[in-house]
Amino acid sequence: MSSNSKVSYSEVKNNGIGFYGLLGIFGLFLLAGVVAFFTMEHNGHHISGMDNQIVWGLPHIFAIFLIVAASGALNIGSIGTVFGKKAYQPLGRLSGLLAISLLVGGLLILLLDLGRIDHVIMMIKGFHLNFKSIFAWNMILYGGFIALVGLYLWAMMDRSKTAKKLYKPIGISAFTWRLILTTGTGSIFGFLVARQFYDAAIMAPLFIVLSFSVGMAIFIMVLMSAYKWTNRELGDFVLNKLRYVLAVFILGVLLLEVTRQLTNIYATEHHGVEAFILKGGNIYSTLFWYGFILIGTVIPVFLIFCKKLKNNRMALYLAAALTTIGGFCLVYVIVIGGQAYPLVLFPNAEVTSVYADGVINSYSPSKWEVMLGLFGVALTLAMVTVGVKALKFMPVSLADSVVDPHS
Amino acid sequence: MSKNNIDAYRRKFLVGTGVAAAAVTVAPGLLLRQAQAKPADEAVTDKVRWGMLIDIDNLPNGGQGVVDACKKEHGWGNETHSNDKQKTHWVRTVKVTEKLTKHSFQLPVMCQHCETAPCADVCPTGASFKRADGIVLVDKHICIGCRYCMMACPYKARSLVHEAIYDQKPDSPRGKGTVESCTMCVHRVDEGKQPACVESSGGAIVFGDLNDENSEISKVLKEKGGKQIRADLGLNTGVRYQGI
Amino acid sequence: MFGKAQNILATMTLLALASLMVGCGETAPELKLETAKAKTEHCVEPDDVMRRNHMDFIKHQRDETVHNGIRTSKYSFKACINCHIPAEKDGKPVNYLTDDHKLNPEHFCATCHAYVGVQLDCFECHSDNPAGAAPADANHGGTAHE
Repeated sequence: MSSNSKVSYSEVKNNGIGFYGLLGIFGLFLLAGVVAFFTMEHNGHHISGMDNQIVWGLPHIFAIFLIVAASGALNIGSIGTVFGKKAYQPLGRLSGLLAISLLVGGLLILLLDLGRIDHVIMMIKGFHLNFKSIFAWNMILYGGFIALVGLYLWAMMDRSKTAKKLYKPIGISAFTWRLILTTGTGSIFGFLVARQFYDAAIMAPLFIVLSFSVGMAIFIMVLMSAYKWTNRELGDFVLNKLRYVLAVFILGVLLLEVTRQLTNIYATEHHGVEAFILKGGNIYSTLFWYGFILIGTVIPVFLIFCKKLKNNRMALYLAAALTTIGGFCLVYVIVIGGQAYPLVLFPNAEVTSVYADGVINSYSPSKWEVMLGLFGVALTLAMVTVGVKALKFMPVSLADSVVDPHS
Repeated sequence: MSKNNIDAYRRKFLVGTGVAAAAVTVAPGLLLRQAQAKPADEAVTDKVRWGMLIDIDNLPNGGQGVVDACKKEHGWGNETHSNDKQKTHWVRTVKVTEKLTKHSFQLPVMCQHCETAPCADVCPTGASFKRADGIVLVDKHICIGCRYCMMACPYKARSLVHEAIYDQKPDSPRGKGTVESCTMCVHRVDEGKQPACVESSGGAIVFGDLNDENSEISKVLKEKGGKQIRADLGLNTGVRYQGI
Repeated sequence: MFGKAQNILATMTLLALASLMVGCGETAPELKLETAKAKTEHCVEPDDVMRRNHMDFIKHQRDETVHNGIRTSKYSFKACINCHIPAEKDGKPVNYLTDDHKLNPEHFCATCHAYVGVQLDCFECHSDNPAGAAPADANHGGTAHE
């Protein structure tokens, strides 16, 4: 029941320069991230590009992006388990591993960017949690996600009867949990009454659909790369399933984001910030139109639906990569764009002060922030790489003859 | 507990009778001090809600004196490595010009000590909190430096300390990696004194108990009113303005 | 299958442990307790109690002060500093760090914390000397009642 009887799994056998070289590259990025953390911890945040106007910067974009992608990566497993689609079930294990890895990567960036990381230990020891804060809930949601997906993996991989019996209920719990988790992540912005660009309930569903699309896109890239490098067979049947689901998710994000922007444009109080983001001629309008709309939406959808590119692997890989970039651009626009636009203290008035009131704030990340962000990405990929080497996450073959019920 | 009750009763009694009778002759400032002094071992209660009323028309120099007095009292803004946008600002003066009418005024903006403070709502650890008497504070001992409160504050009243701080004022602990903002001079208020900015304002800022209808601030507010910045957010701020 | 991973893990653990020992070869920092000893009999608790429990007293008082506005001077952090740290020495305030950012043996808190090797983070935020404060209250036993 838990998976197709024909599918068998094995650890990755690669032992060559390729495998350890890959780990070595990730290791370099991890090392750089650790250096960045200690440097920022020692000097304080003045060495970063962040300030008291742009309080969340590149690390937060990476973190939010990875956390959102984490819950999306689990979707592939959920489609198999919760919705009983047999074709997705062989991908469940890798989807769970990728989900945990993405979440740990994102979470660690957030943690390492804190001003007083030592106080987190006190917070956990003394259980200082404010349950009115969505951040506090998120800590529980993230912890629970890792635990639940861990259980889910066990239910998929263990041969015992108990595991088989629990496979479906745990799968459903993990799926429900991840929906709540992304609602929580979206609500980080949804609950900010002060900022013109946030403070909207639609942030939560937007983040959920965004998680579907970027999670799927990253999964596709990881899957294709892993099967290529391990010389395992990956048939068109699986890829085409993923291909069209990805397209649906990309269009879903577009729908919600357009709805969000339109509701904003309708309200007079948001005219200023909408003009700034959409036609400001700044980095945010560029990232929005070229990054998110063109590169992240139009081109991938074209690559997926263009008849001439059917079964074209390169096109699918490119579509997934562009979707990822587009999603990242959208998160950038939301996080930084929303802060760059000044707080409105007095509507319909110009305000000035020595402290950047009424001016558009600029942000350019320092190398430390870049290093910290890439640290999270490297950690995610390293975890996946070590994971597939150590345990049986990957089906030996995903050839059409193995996974296609009609073949 | 019972001892505290007796103390409270005694104070109330004193204020209600003897001191009230003397009010005619004693300067109002002195009277306020008498009424506000809280025994050091008594916890603050929500019977009191501290607030400030700032009359910007009577504030000398557009409120710059307020900023200077605050700096002197708390020592903020002495960072040497942080750039201008990273430096801490507990209070700043903001010049406002209405676009259509060109009507212009200048006011000091700091923590507005909201009744339902967005910063306290979003803080994951409870480090941002509102004291029972309405003063919004950061408990830096448990602040993790996540800056979510800064994202949530509509007034940009909060600053992250971006570098190591030395030579702090004994009553104003400040340190790298934690968030800080106007404390309404809580150390002075607890001793029955007025916040530093109020003392420096030449009477343009009135400080007192918004819950006590006989306090000077309540009387002036009742008679002349006082506006809130971003009243549309419904935060019921403890800091009110006249002349905006 | 875990063979290699285990080797790597073991090496990393060893390296991590080794890094903890860096600096262990140095001699123990000098301990200057004159100030503390001179004040012992005025302290709010016997010195053995203080030595063992001062952090708990301060921490308890800290929560009471920050959240409830309780400002009794017994166990008050400020009172500790006002009494135990001289206002100045040789015309300069006594800071807990020396100019090269080492724990200062002239500073009562710092000298002992350096000696026992316990982290001292109070002064990352708090003033480390009585600068500008009112002169120390000689017998700060009771509560500062009206």
